[in-house]
Amino acid sequence: MNASAQPSAAAIGPPLWLLAEITYRCPLHCAFCYNPTDFAATTDELGTEEWLRVLREARAAGSVQCAFSGGEPLARDDLEVLVAEARRLGFYTNLLTSGVGLTEARAAALKEAGLDHIQLSFQDSTRELNDFLSHTRTFDLKQRVAAMIKANGWPMVMNCVIHRLNIDYIENIIDMAVELGAEYLELANSQYYSWALLNRDQLLPSREQVERAERITNERRERYGDRIRIFFVVPDYFETRPKKCMNGWGSVFLTVTPDGTALPCHTAKMLPGLAFPNVREMGVREIWYESEGFNRFRGDDWMQEPCRSCPEKDKDRGGCRCQAYMLAGDAAAADPVCDKSPAHHRVLEAVDLAQRPLQSATRALPLVFRGPAESRRLIEQSRNAVAP
Amino acid sequence: MNDAVRGDRQPGEASGVQPAARPKVSSKFRLQWEEAQGAWVLLYPEGMVRLNASAGEIMKRCDGRRTVDELVAELEQAFDASGLQGEVTNFLDMARKQHWIEV
Repeated sequence: MNASAQPSAAAIGPPLWLLAEITYRCPLHCAFCYNPTDFAATTDELGTEEWLRVLREARAAGSVQCAFSGGEPLARDDLEVLVAEARRLGFYTNLLTSGVGLTEARAAALKEAGLDHIQLSFQDSTRELNDFLSHTRTFDLKQRVAAMIKANGWPMVMNCVIHRLNIDYIENIIDMAVELGAEYLELANSQYYSWALLNRDQLLPSREQVERAERITNERRERYGDRIRIFFVVPDYFETRPKKCMNGWGSVFLTVTPDGTALPCHTAKMLPGLAFPNVREMGVREIWYESEGFNRFRGDDWMQEPCRSCPEKDKDRGGCRCQAYMLAGDAAAADPVCDKSPAHHRVLEAVDLAQRPLQSATRALPLVFRGPAESRRLIEQSRNAVAP
Repeated sequence: MNDAVRGDRQPGEASGVQPAARPKVSSKFRLQWEEAQGAWVLLYPEGMVRLNASAGEIMKRCDGRRTVDELVAELEQAFDASGLQGEVTNFLDMARKQHWIEV
């Protein structure tokens, strides 16, 4: 590495945010999951001792927020051990879960371990949509988990991924969150990576749907006032400037995947030609400050036009590297969400397609639901695609 | 939670944090010193507020035992300063609006 061409360690802040994806195992089958579509190829999850070492190294490097995620993190029975060590080290500990697998006993053990916060997600709402709307099984599960969250004195944060198939029921989602006693609700429009990208034509809402959902959200905010804080994340396909992805590459976020790969964002593994280090082979501090993968898109030497001379380049850092790769075919290109990008038409085409009714012939493809069998099928398919 | 938030909206907020009040870091936040950042921070679900030096000195004394008057006297002594009452009260008013402290 040419030290003079890279930002110095002093100019790089610590990895404040550690996303610990402790497993890809999950009882759900979300069509918008951001886990890699080839997740079934991961068979060697980090063990307990390895995760404990990662937590210690990350904390020593300055990490302070730790989110245990997955997959479904409750699928690991050492979750309580990991949370306890994270809390002891001084992390603020977050558990991102669907609530499936959370029993009273595990909730009590997690409380004992010092868990600070549970984010309860409606993760499978495409399949759950019917009982979701009719307040039956999903409501019962979430109500049971919400009661456990309250009984343990945790803040009550709910998250729902929004897409074409549920966006028209946004009022039901908000009302249900209020009914469950949520203090915060994140209405996160699906972002189109991994499984969600496969299903994009079925999941991307129309402009009218997004506008209506924003309007209804604002009405509900007025109605409920301080009872609930609602965050509405607009799908970036409808914007003309890209998001400052991960607050800048290698600036705040460190993801460690179930097999120990360290990434500057949870989808960066898709980028070709980049060697991402593994915590089994390299310490967290070295990974953060020294590794090629983390330094690749720091600073702005890597930028091309129109980013390089753009007056807004520090505001959005050229957007998302994965989106640039997926839509413009080059990870160093401008994020095509930007209307200055030569590939912006690819985003507009997807948005135009979303204006058509879902039943039209071009959109008749079935949803691809995340699951190990489907993942193995996709791995096989891509092998065949690259074979001569 | 809802009660607490409504409680914050009770009459009295407009009048600001009183000198005899005993402010306390809200149970919704965790205050801790971060060596890597050289700063006191407030941690909450998936978020962090980094406090500047004077905000950190005030917040770390919000333990529910000291009154605002005592807190001001302590700061004036620690930093060999005087007339900090206004600055401290303004900060505490803001901190309460942000739900960082309970009074």
